[in-house]
Amino acid sequence: MDWTALWISVELGLWTVLLLLPLGVFLGHFLAFHRFRGRRLLEAFLAMPLVLPPTVIGYYLLTVFGKGTWIGQGWEALTGGPLAFTFEGLIAASVIANIPFAVQPMQRAFEAIPPEVREAGMCCGMSPLRLLRRIELPLAWPGAVTAMVLSFAHTLGEFGIVLMVGGNIAGETRTISIAIYDRVQAFDDVAAGEMAAVLLVISFVSIVCVLTLADRIGQRHGK
Amino acid sequence: MASERRNDKALAVTLRQRAPIPLDVNFTCNAGELLAIVGPSGGGKSTILRAIAGLVTPSSGRIECNGKTWLDTETGINLAAHHRSTGFVFQSFALFPHMSARANVEEALPVEASLKERRRIAEELLARVHLAGLEERKPSELSGGQQQRVAVARALAREPNVILLDEPFSAVDEATRKKLQSELLTLRQTLNVPILLVTHSLEEATLLADNICLVHHGKSLQSGPTQTVLNNPASSQAARLIGHRNIFGGEIVAQLPEAQKTMISWAGHRVEADYQPDFTTGSQIMWLVPQSGVILHQRVRPSKGERENPIAGEVIECLKAGDNTRIALCVSGETDPLALSVPTHVAERNSIRIGETIQVSLLAKAIHILPD
Repeated sequence: MDWTALWISVELGLWTVLLLLPLGVFLGHFLAFHRFRGRRLLEAFLAMPLVLPPTVIGYYLLTVFGKGTWIGQGWEALTGGPLAFTFEGLIAASVIANIPFAVQPMQRAFEAIPPEVREAGMCCGMSPLRLLRRIELPLAWPGAVTAMVLSFAHTLGEFGIVLMVGGNIAGETRTISIAIYDRVQAFDDVAAGEMAAVLLVISFVSIVCVLTLADRIGQRHGK
Repeated sequence: MASERRNDKALAVTLRQRAPIPLDVNFTCNAGELLAIVGPSGGGKSTILRAIAGLVTPSSGRIECNGKTWLDTETGINLAAHHRSTGFVFQSFALFPHMSARANVEEALPVEASLKERRRIAEELLARVHLAGLEERKPSELSGGQQQRVAVARALAREPNVILLDEPFSAVDEATRKKLQSELLTLRQTLNVPILLVTHSLEEATLLADNICLVHHGKSLQSGPTQTVLNNPASSQAARLIGHRNIFGGEIVAQLPEAQKTMISWAGHRVEADYQPDFTTGSQIMWLVPQSGVILHQRVRPSKGERENPIAGEVIECLKAGDNTRIALCVSGETDPLALSVPTHVAERNSIRIGETIQVSLLAKAIHILPD
């Protein structure tokens, strides 16, 4: 059992969720309540990670994160280290790959708020920020929870993108799913089995959490 | 204009647009007045309220309330909804489902007030709408009528400059509706702001409103004091909207000021109406007679009324509707039927059946002439 790899996966998942929460709220809110030309194109672009093979996303991100691009150079100038094959690079890749898992549930949750309820908020004198804080977020909270748990679980299981962008550096970029692959390659079936079982349990618990929370919050909101 | 003179706190509205929902309205509502915007469903009535509240922006218009300009498309003024002081009661009530009745009201109170103060005011408002003791209930734990009361309390909480009621009684049962209507009548006596009520029910408008504005396809057809509009529709379209069925075309054939009569030629018949001097002899007009102005001649015992515009017609419809029977007559030379309503026992006593020919009188004083 590679505890370091498990911890790296959990840490990666937590960072991804932390960064995606505001981004998911912003993009989900924007897409739910604004009608503009090219909205569908933007939605399609954000949904790309759902359909693209992870290795393809990984390949593009590796190219973009490389030292030859302004992103790679800018990051290095800012932090002194490279983006590709580092934990920071993994976080950036994981955030990008999980955008649809965070944005879509948030968007649906915002869209599910009856328009008159938002309008009633405006007529009560609520500014857009207060409306978000007092009405929209409390009502869309099940969507946010779903988005976060799905992103976390998906990050734990991510393989292709992690391997492409992070490689397999022990203690730095070797996540639990890479470690399972590594152990299988080394014919260490016992360790691979243990780690696979841990992932299985975490994934199952995540889904149960999502369903239970959605139910409870739904009841609290009188649905 | 619904009101001839505007007081300082009045609401003045002019809205025009072609799409997505056509609008062409112009009305004023003074503080303390209740103006009902009446018209069929889907006629743009709710859009008018939403435009006043700032929830939609018309392509052209001007809205002034309490001396402030909320919208002026010419100068580019367009206050956001949360900056307009409106108390909006939605058709579906639109309560915040995750909050208690008290919290719903508190949300509309000024944020500067202390928590204690907000709580006190919210509880007072809920008591005013007869909801004391139910403050902690969520909307899902309240009946339709109770939810509507919370919505009213929430609308009052801001001490708004205008109250907008969008079909507020349509989602509750008949008994609750009557109760809520009475409560609104009591409540409005204490409010010195313009109140706008959108409704498709003329009965409701007649019961509650000082003035009405008839709206059809987003266009205001007529506005003014309720009884004036109901008794003197300005056009055949307004008359139809009010529910008149007996609207016919004709020609003014004589004006007799000495006899105080106006003579109309209608489908080969000569109809005598009370003197209406606004129309010149020879002009093509529409005219209407309310069903209450169509009097059945008793077939067994002729009455005095038969001398007044006697018209014969064949019964083409005879429907019992409770205590009354609705009758439609086919009059020679006219394609549209003449409708009247008589007590069912009268219809039975006179053996009125489809295919029979009966005589009626059109009361001259009930005939109202409309421009063609």
